[in-house]
Amino acid sequence: MTNASAEEWMQVREAGLYCVPANVYIDPHDAVERAVITHGHADHARSGHGEIFATPETTAIMHTRYYIKDETKETALKYGQRHDLGNGVTLWFASAGHILGSAQAVFEYQGTRVVAAGDYKRHPDPTCAPFEVVPCDIFITEATFALPVFQHPPLEIEVEKLMRSMRALPERTHIVGVYALGKCQRVMKTLRLAGYEEPFYLHGALKKLTQLYESYGQDFGEWIMVSDISRADKHVFQGKIVLCPPAQINDRWSRRFADPLTTVASGWMQIRARARQKRAEMALVVSDHADWGDLIRTCEETKAADIWITHGRVEALEYELKKRGIRAKALNLIGRDESVE
Amino acid sequence: MERFSDLLDDLYFTNSNLAKETILTNYLRETPDPNRGWALAAIAGTLSFDLFKRNVIKTLMMERMDPFLFDMSRDYVGEMSETVALAWPQSENPVRLNRLPDLETVITEFKSRNKAGIRDYLITLLDNMTPAQRWALLKLGTRGLRIGMSARSVKLTLAKMKDVDVNVIEQIWHGLEPPYTDLFAWIDGRAELPDMSNIVTFSPVMLAHPIDEEKDLPRITGQSHIAEWKWDGIRVQISSKGEETKIFSRKGDDISGSFPDLAQAVDFNGIIDGELLVKPDGKIGSFNDLQQRLNKKKPAKALMARLPAHVIAYDILEWEGETLRNLQLMDRRNVLADTVKAHQHGRFELSETLDFKTTEDLKEFRETAAKTGGLIEGLMIKDKSSTYLSGRPKHAWYKWKRDPFLLDAVLMYAQRGTGKRSSYYSDYTFGLWNEEGALLPIGKAYFGFTDEELKKLDNWIRSHKLARYGPVQEVEKELVFEVAFDTAQESKRHKSGYALRFPRIHRIRWDKPAAEADKISSVAKLVEDQAARVRDAGT
Repeated sequence: MTNASAEEWMQVREAGLYCVPANVYIDPHDAVERAVITHGHADHARSGHGEIFATPETTAIMHTRYYIKDETKETALKYGQRHDLGNGVTLWFASAGHILGSAQAVFEYQGTRVVAAGDYKRHPDPTCAPFEVVPCDIFITEATFALPVFQHPPLEIEVEKLMRSMRALPERTHIVGVYALGKCQRVMKTLRLAGYEEPFYLHGALKKLTQLYESYGQDFGEWIMVSDISRADKHVFQGKIVLCPPAQINDRWSRRFADPLTTVASGWMQIRARARQKRAEMALVVSDHADWGDLIRTCEETKAADIWITHGRVEALEYELKKRGIRAKALNLIGRDESVE
Repeated sequence: MERFSDLLDDLYFTNSNLAKETILTNYLRETPDPNRGWALAAIAGTLSFDLFKRNVIKTLMMERMDPFLFDMSRDYVGEMSETVALAWPQSENPVRLNRLPDLETVITEFKSRNKAGIRDYLITLLDNMTPAQRWALLKLGTRGLRIGMSARSVKLTLAKMKDVDVNVIEQIWHGLEPPYTDLFAWIDGRAELPDMSNIVTFSPVMLAHPIDEEKDLPRITGQSHIAEWKWDGIRVQISSKGEETKIFSRKGDDISGSFPDLAQAVDFNGIIDGELLVKPDGKIGSFNDLQQRLNKKKPAKALMARLPAHVIAYDILEWEGETLRNLQLMDRRNVLADTVKAHQHGRFELSETLDFKTTEDLKEFRETAAKTGGLIEGLMIKDKSSTYLSGRPKHAWYKWKRDPFLLDAVLMYAQRGTGKRSSYYSDYTFGLWNEEGALLPIGKAYFGFTDEELKKLDNWIRSHKLARYGPVQEVEKELVFEVAFDTAQESKRHKSGYALRFPRIHRIRWDKPAAEADKISSVAKLVEDQAARVRDAGT
């Protein structure tokens, strides 16, 4: 089989990437009949599909977020479990290391293997399975952080930054802006591993997903809902860590804390101006995506003859891969929301 | 160098000025000489030399990194230093340093090396640094540090460290040089205050209170007070020791470089306080004219010929090495009049006193000022017996501004404030209607009301949101602000073609329909009137 024919059975359509013989979309941004969902982030897992294929963790996340209607048909596939999509197409999932349940969707058809990696990272993450390299003919990659300026530091260094600030300013409440799914739990777990023993205080939007992670065996120690503390007891939060969605760090919600120190945990925090724009007083570079070096390394390790690039800094990655003699092309998929990172 | 980089990071990400002062104080107390002095210079912007040129950095990057990727990265990041700091590709066989050199070593190394040496040293440092440290080095080396701390707040920090008035620092500041060891010796209590008597320095200025018409007017008479025009220029202090002359702004910034025509014309030995203006065609120009001369590091000869600098002098602080600050105002004015007369270079004139007996006369003068289209901002009223005291002493000098111009404008966009206001929409862009019925932005102002009103407005914005552009929130075009401003001028920056000077929100017109707000044509008319009056005004 040549890869040219793969372009016939794996195509970009209006709703997203589409596997023709299996009649299935991958992370479509519109409701479709059949969809493979790589992970539970809102811009990948839309609601209203007729039938979904995903890992058990991802379907659980989608239920928690009400992305699955009663009539939706679900097929939950564990990592490595092969499934016949019909017409000779086999689907299986390999871990992507992005968040709990995140997967690369592996499609095999007429002797050709296409891997749609979804979002992925190579840095260690104690809250999800590590990325698995799957040799393939075509590797479909993201490019969220595909610029040489993105070289993500080890998470321990960033968490130590937070711990140092807590020691230096024990009277202040450290408010950490985190995305509710994945980032929140990864930051909490890493803080525990770094020796933080106080309870975490959580914004309401983080509750359900944290409980879901716990149901999969994750242990975050004690955490308390901010809303359970009386408004008069501002002192309770002093010297503690409060977690909330990034939009809340400087919004009305955070007015309840006395002298808060605001920080945002995100891969974008590497760029000073973006950190300032968020009005963060501390920038924690915590990314759940592969950085520049890891993107290139991963593309090379898959030994894929063709790399297709879905979203992000597409142009830079395409340029660099071509320079290295790898065929690469941009798919120009729409509908990916980068504020999630 | 590690500590310096941490300091810059802390300052950069801290919003509150008070917290910044604390961070800087802690650093200055913990760090030995001369490192702390160099850091202070970097932050206050007083370093007088580049350690390396921007071009050296760029060349290094071009040798190590694909130019296409570098350009894409720089476009994304928005500036070169940070791009280099983040993307710096390690040398193949880097020279490993066990620890980074301190600030003093870095500076002396760069200063003592030739071109090739500078390059090698820069590579070694960058190879051994974290991105944050690289950023600090590149900003230090090219004097491009912007961390939101003004020279003034640096001086305030120093004053607080020694528990003295900030004026003490102001008086010696321009005579000090990095790394400021004499300054720190004094702060530490190991030495006397550095002696600056032979150096031209800035003296903190005397300021006026806005007049309280009910309380203050009754005690003002032609016998006890003088009145002068309050010109719309910038307050300056011309300080000269004969050989050397400096022109300082009200806040003590040295602006001599922008006004060499004025500095060279000075031939007295003393300190004069006055208003700086320009005089196109031999007549006093508007603030708009003056603006063309501000912030020009090296003004072109043609510009200086077209808009020559001119000073309306109203006070004298020192003369021939003697302080006159303890004399009464009228006695100082006598000396000033003689000085101005004796030095007839046409650049100085004595501020005229307005002949008045009663406050009714003053009101008339104020009306006259209001008709100059902004050229004269109002009146200055000064107690004849007042001595020259820095700061804002009570019952000495008053300013009585003409009433501001008012416009009804429509709120278009809102942005969050900073510090305590960071959770409120407290920064507003408003517009006026054009003839086609479209709303065009004319200005931006911060909130200036009570917390109660701020909350109400914040709520209104949250329930009238439209599109969002980064930090800027568009709102429905329904709310009218009564905007007060000092003058208006033509501007290419705003879509409306005009800009307002010192706009502030006078009140919120909850009752007024947006369709009844003002049109751009009313500003256009104001600017036309102003131009006509400036032509007629000539003194």
